[in-house]
Amino acid sequence: MSIDLKTIKHISKLSRISVDDQRAKKLVGDLNSIFDFIEKLNELKTENVKPLTSIAETTLKLRSDEVQSKNIRKEIIKNSPQDNEDYFVVPKVIE
Amino acid sequence: MSDITKQSLTELVESIKNKKLSSSEVTKAFIERSEKSKVLNAFITEDFTSALDKAKKFDQKPNLDLKLPGIPMAIKDLFCTKNIKTTAGSKILNNFVPTYESTVTENIWNEGAILLGKLNCDEFAMGSSNETSFFGNVQNPIDKNLVPGGSSGGSASAVAGQLTPITIGTDTGGSIRQPASFTGTVGLKPTYGSCSRYGIVAFASSLDQAGPMAQNVKDCALLQEVISSFDAKDSTSIDFKRSHYSKDLTNNIKGKKIGIPKEYRVDGMPKEIDDLWQKGIEYVKDCGAEIINISLPHTSYALPTYYIVAPAEASSNLARYDGVKYGFRANGKNLIDMYEKTRSEGFGAEVQRRIMIGTYVLSSGYYDAYYLKAQKVRRLIKNDFDEAYKKVDAILTPSTPSSAFKIGEKTNDPVSMYLNDIFTVPVNLAGLPGISIPAGHDTKGYPLGLQIIGKAFDEQNILNIAFAMEEKINFKNKITDWWIK
Repeated sequence: MSIDLKTIKHISKLSRISVDDQRAKKLVGDLNSIFDFIEKLNELKTENVKPLTSIAETTLKLRSDEVQSKNIRKEIIKNSPQDNEDYFVVPKVIE
Repeated sequence: MSDITKQSLTELVESIKNKKLSSSEVTKAFIERSEKSKVLNAFITEDFTSALDKAKKFDQKPNLDLKLPGIPMAIKDLFCTKNIKTTAGSKILNNFVPTYESTVTENIWNEGAILLGKLNCDEFAMGSSNETSFFGNVQNPIDKNLVPGGSSGGSASAVAGQLTPITIGTDTGGSIRQPASFTGTVGLKPTYGSCSRYGIVAFASSLDQAGPMAQNVKDCALLQEVISSFDAKDSTSIDFKRSHYSKDLTNNIKGKKIGIPKEYRVDGMPKEIDDLWQKGIEYVKDCGAEIINISLPHTSYALPTYYIVAPAEASSNLARYDGVKYGFRANGKNLIDMYEKTRSEGFGAEVQRRIMIGTYVLSSGYYDAYYLKAQKVRRLIKNDFDEAYKKVDAILTPSTPSSAFKIGEKTNDPVSMYLNDIFTVPVNLAGLPGISIPAGHDTKGYPLGLQIIGKAFDEQNILNIAFAMEEKINFKNKITDWWIK
């Protein structure tokens, strides 16, 4: 199967990455050559194989829910591209 | 003074402990050499003034019981360092200053080491040549316009070029071992769960591991001893009995069974790589180890599996970069437009490509065909190793299918770039430890590496084999300091 321009536009929307037509065309070529390479997996029969989701097959440990970082609000806010004292600011979402 | 930077980590530790050298002298020597080595572009952020202050403080009240007493060290810019900019080689994190420290670096500073600066790497560790970094190419000290490998390219270049006595990198598909091989240095990718991932900018969480990069095996063992620890802050960190890797290091590998997997003799592999592998086999035999031919039948499926699993995890991990709470933001007409422009302008081409592959293989209608399929094949790859380890103690392979290539040589063909990791990727998929050691040169005089793969949590064994082989190989890196005028 091959990936066309329409699919690229759809993935770019899902990924929240805007791509112009020129880049989208390049991505069609790139992704098709990568997926040609990936298709090799279809040579293998895997109906009865259990998927491996994590290599460290341990159960997650519980820990007590305690605050460990204290008074770092200012430092956290300092990293934001736009803020209003204690808030992160984003473009207006309600008309 | 100039001889200081030529010393290994072990020698420097000894000199400081014997008071032959002070931390300030050592720190100053590495800074001076780094100042003369800007052409290599190994650093993204220098922290020299503060390093000298810390060295001075250390010398006033030296604690010589520590494992890295007053040792200056530069690290890959993928580890979060408190109050020091951490970029992951990306424009999108160009101005990000973490409020916390990664566990691995915390362990290092607790043993007395001093931060020199943050080292260049491929953007979000996605690359095999350090060419995807927003901060530009890194030069390989071996030769001009040669890539140092990637993604820990700045780290490899800095160790080979003697800008830092030792360093840490991260390895998701070969990002420690391949650059180590390209620069004539030693690089260890530990067992998954051995070193905490807390505070490492995430790429593919089921594959990422931090590990040491050094001039020799002993230094590598010492740093591994420092960075490996159980950490409650990483839910996949594993609580196992860690050995004293440097103290327990031995060159006695008599009777060890070393497997040679026939599937690693790939089509089109240069003869010099095959010859090097044969030489490696002779070296381990000379050390009294036994060679056993083995089969890892699913080896050729490892790269296709990796290029589903890693981008899928990356697309989820990188969803957090939205221009809201930290990092770069582009202006947009509305919130969605802002997200889309931020990610389009903030991420480089390779990162965008991988996010899009990952998004596609996880998207509705394709999940079973790609992502689930890859997870199943990943199981088969792991099973291959489990079977092999019933017969052998470790596995010997080449580290890379070629020596270092020129800058720009492979940037237009993503698949040919991905093929660099053909021998290293299976190890990440199976969560095993692997070490690359320099083992010879090609006809151009560029270094070539051999890889030793171990059983899970058996770092000591592969370090011992590497240590024994290192003695036999007696490798000398051919570095002329061409970049220093």
